[in-house]
Amino acid sequence: MDAVRALIRRKANGLRLLGVPVLGLSADLLIGAGCVAEVHSSAVSLGEAGLAPRFGEAAERGEIKIVDYTCPAVHTALQATEKGVPYMPLRGVIGSDLVPPHADWRVAQNPFAGAADPILLVAAIVPDVALFHARWADEAGNVWVGRRRELATIAHAARQTYVTVEEFRPGDMLDDELLAPGVISATYVSGIARAERGAWPLGVPDVYAIDDSHLALYAKAARTRAGFEQYLRDFVWQERKSSLPV
Amino acid sequence: MARAEELLACLIARLIAEANHVAVGAASPIPATACELLRAQGRPLRVTRLHKRKGNPFSEGSRELFDLAGQGRIDYFFLGGAQLDGEANINLVRAEGRRFPGSFGSAFMYFSCRTILFREEHSRRVLVPRVEFISAPGWSPPEVVRRGGPVALVTGKAHFTWQADKRRFRLASVHPGETPAGVQEATGFAYDEDAVGETPAPTPLELELLRGPVASAIAADYPDFARRVWS
Repeated sequence: MDAVRALIRRKANGLRLLGVPVLGLSADLLIGAGCVAEVHSSAVSLGEAGLAPRFGEAAERGEIKIVDYTCPAVHTALQATEKGVPYMPLRGVIGSDLVPPHADWRVAQNPFAGAADPILLVAAIVPDVALFHARWADEAGNVWVGRRRELATIAHAARQTYVTVEEFRPGDMLDDELLAPGVISATYVSGIARAERGAWPLGVPDVYAIDDSHLALYAKAARTRAGFEQYLRDFVWQERKSSLPV
Repeated sequence: MARAEELLACLIARLIAEANHVAVGAASPIPATACELLRAQGRPLRVTRLHKRKGNPFSEGSRELFDLAGQGRIDYFFLGGAQLDGEANINLVRAEGRRFPGSFGSAFMYFSCRTILFREEHSRRVLVPRVEFISAPGWSPPEVVRRGGPVALVTGKAHFTWQADKRRFRLASVHPGETPAGVQEATGFAYDEDAVGETPAPTPLELELLRGPVASAIAADYPDFARRVWS
């Protein structure tokens, strides 16, 4: 989230967001701040805090291009890139209105079946940038994401991977049998910056929880354009101190 | 006197009684309650709760749910929608000029799991003649591989069963206080109806379990819901 706030302060524009497999507060902030041209996602919502208000308004007014996905199609497209193959098949989805707008999806005959067996082929997606927050980075440039393996997938698939971390730790986590399964190798990592409590108001498991009251505050404020602008003034335009422990 | 949520949970529990493994989404406290009730009744049901706040059923990231379902390792799933129609198509994308969050995993899960369609609001706004956008289709042509699909539609007023051969719902029962005529008035699509019963009220034993072990189990992940229904 610190990186998202920094993107808004730098007045990023024309961004094309890919939800893996869904998007939330980060996307709603970027959309409201005018940074986004396209949203590719299975859903955009604030989870328990409700609908994503800036996304909803931008969608209803046709201000951004939206390409709707279904969750496993995003995973499949990125897994194809991980493997360096042009596409991968996925069951289901056929007959959904999600299919026709996708030039990067095809319904084709399963070449191994004797009888008719249509199956969806999903073209590989190569994101320009993977951007996420993680708990640790080490001296070797590895990043620990634990069981959030979709972060490893996007790091493997993207051309560049930039990570903010809670803490730097000494040594090489790949030498530690307990930590290694949750590590993304430095091979995939383009840049790392420290951002303590950088996920706020979202959480990092076992470090700090989601700030539900702040999410509720945002959901309410962002219902109107004016409320959203005020939110940006309070929490984004000025270098924030509010998320640091009191 | 059973609460509406308790009646719905007992109905859903009966519908999924033979399941071995059920996945339940974040905004689904009533389906989660149905699963906990089955467990409290001693059934060896595995319940995979998505988006748990602490802990998480997966170690391979969020794709693991779809990999599990794709293999047929999840028997039942629950889906709702901004709109549902008489052919069991569901719409999670847009309706009446409003944009909704999106289709999530529905276009895959509906093909993979036996699915209980669940939406408490029972109105012509939700139950429409034809959805404006098909996030996931209610049925597929015979050549399309499809293990799962609709089993039933449960609303705040009634229980419909899905007739796969006719591609049409049948009104199975109306909840206490509702009438078949009232249900028809509130439903925007056509369906079959014969020998409509009343949804059975929870038994004293079911209520005892719901208000004891089930309420405690649900409170951890759905605190607001548990407070509203049981305190």
